[in-house]
Amino acid sequence: MAREMWKGNEAIAEAAVRAGVEAYFGYPITPQNEVLEYLSHRMPELGRAFVQAESEPAAINMVYGAACTGARVMTSSSSPGISLMQEGLSYIAGTEVPMVLVNVMRGGPGLGNIAPSQGDYNQICKGGGHGDYHPIVLAPASIQEAVDLMPVAFELAHKYLNICTILIDGSIGQMMEPVTLPEMQPVIRKEYDWAVSGAKGRKRHLLSSIYLDVPTEEKVNLRILGRWREARENEIRFKEYYLDDAEYIIIGFGTAGRIALSAVRAARAQGIKVGLFRPISVNPFPYKRVEELCKQAQSFLVVEMNTGQMLKDVQVAVRNRVPVRFYGRLGGVMPFPDEFVTEIQEMIKNPGKPEDDPADLWYQRMIAR
Amino acid sequence: MVATIINPENLVYARPKGFTDTPSHYCPGCTHGTAHRLVAEVLEEMNVLDKAIGVAPVGCAVFAYNYIDTDFVQAAHGRAPAMATGIKRVWPDRVVFSYQGDGDLASIGMAETVHAAARGENITIIFINNAIYGMTGGQMAPTTLPGMKTTSSPNGRDVETQGYPIRMAELLATLDGAGYIVRRSLHDPANIRKAKKAIRTAFEAQVHGLGFSLVELLSTCNTGWGVTPIQSLAWLEEHMIPAFPLGDYKIAPEVAALKI
Ligand SMILES: Cc1ncc(C[n+]2csc(CCOP(=O)(O)OP(=O)(O)O)c2C)c(N)n1
Ligand code: SF4
Ligand SMILES: [Mg+2]
Repeated sequence: MAREMWKGNEAIAEAAVRAGVEAYFGYPITPQNEVLEYLSHRMPELGRAFVQAESEPAAINMVYGAACTGARVMTSSSSPGISLMQEGLSYIAGTEVPMVLVNVMRGGPGLGNIAPSQGDYNQICKGGGHGDYHPIVLAPASIQEAVDLMPVAFELAHKYLNICTILIDGSIGQMMEPVTLPEMQPVIRKEYDWAVSGAKGRKRHLLSSIYLDVPTEEKVNLRILGRWREARENEIRFKEYYLDDAEYIIIGFGTAGRIALSAVRAARAQGIKVGLFRPISVNPFPYKRVEELCKQAQSFLVVEMNTGQMLKDVQVAVRNRVPVRFYGRLGGVMPFPDEFVTEIQEMIKNPGKPEDDPADLWYQRMIAR
Repeated sequence: MVATIINPENLVYARPKGFTDTPSHYCPGCTHGTAHRLVAEVLEEMNVLDKAIGVAPVGCAVFAYNYIDTDFVQAAHGRAPAMATGIKRVWPDRVVFSYQGDGDLASIGMAETVHAAARGENITIIFINNAIYGMTGGQMAPTTLPGMKTTSSPNGRDVETQGYPIRMAELLATLDGAGYIVRRSLHDPANIRKAKKAIRTAFEAQVHGLGFSLVELLSTCNTGWGVTPIQSLAWLEEHMIPAFPLGDYKIAPEVAALKI
């Protein structure tokens, strides 16, 4: 297939179409608009459902309704809009119906700005809405990877009856890169034994997230947890670069991970044995693999475009075995590879102790700048 | 010996096919049950029970699906029109309806309601206006009458600080996407018959693809109002009908041409 120049948001939209998305509902917000704009002509052209909703709560609840039919459905938004969707996301999780969410993160909190950020890691990975549930979250670092993960996202959502989020930031949404788009897949509408379609020739189906009988609700919670545990076993995804002989390991997801790769190459050119570990499934997080890497790494450098949200997951895996250093940029500021190279050099000079608090030390460095 | 006295020749009233045999959880005297029955009868008479998908609200009717025997989903508070939109867009040939209270439809779900109507979303909404939040214990609703006492307007709704009731049928009738918008009442048999005819028309409008249809039903909440069921019917007639006049607010020519 040909490699073509595509804008991230549009490539993601087309990849969703080719993965068989049957219904899309969204609301304009920068830096995600092109997903909605692209699908506003592409979906009707194919006879599929598209609605520009009146708000994000409406969009996510349209998704909720459409998800109850068992069709492949999705929405996309950016940070403030995703906050507004949390109600619907919780209901979708509680009703155990599948959907794909694309979050093109921007600087926050509040209205923030429209620059790339990773400040919503916790909100997206740790639930966001009320109640006990665990969405699957995939964090690509390039347009190609985002495109390749689109069909995976639908498959995972439908396999685990869960929300599957593609977590990117404004830079991936807005930039253009050469990509190879997958072939068009036929639309697959499975005959689920739970989906609503009108009870013709069968017992009726009821879909709800209300269980007033508390022991029943507990069972439902356990069922949701059971599926999540399966996903945790089977759906770990990550990429490793230059790790074979690496003595120092950078960990970063999405755009921060991609910038870190440039930093690793620059440091390698200086003879530093450093490698990169880039989680792709940030929920479930590859704890086991990070734990294994503790045997090889003298220390870790975690890089993020937030105050150290994924850092907490890394620390859970490292459990003070080796020192961890943290470096983050905030509020929409994109780090340069040089900044990471300096961090690597500093880390080698002054490795610190495993029990150090990396987020605290980073904060002290930031305010002293 | 009940079985022997009910014979086909003297049977004038039975449980409609569209009803399950679940005992009602509604307060005795509440008109939610009447409205449910009308919906079930209409879906049965139109022979669309196996094509219908209901959307239950948050409110006393949250368990509507325990009674109306069709596929059902249960929405978040106020979001039923959005959820119905999602279903209808995937299944355009199914009969998709929501059943919502006044807090659900006219307060938290105002945007979803207005925009579903503005889009001419081809769904049907049964709107239960009982001037109160029944489920949460009788607080003020967007439809509570001026001076009416509720648990959150204990001295009576003070329009200076708590504003005025919203007349939804009138409001929605201004929108071009609306195909059929009427207000009926459930306080006596004659009005119940008219309500049923309106519900039928609303569903027919949907089946014929004529846009958004909504039937507002003035209803009682004897528990929330703190009166007996019989007093509540009289109160509805005396106080609610003047504030919410019954009538046809929008009947698109194509809907009128259906001659139901
Ligand atoms: C987001 C949210 N806010 C508040 C509630 C609490 N709540 C449940 S029902 C209800 C009001 C229902 O009133 P109405 O729609 O008039 O229905 P009725 O019970 O009168 O039929 C409220 C506020 C909720 N369930 N969800
Ligand atoms: S509280 Fe009011 S609306 Fe709810 S069931 Fe009782 S009487 Fe009906
Ligand atoms: Mg009410």
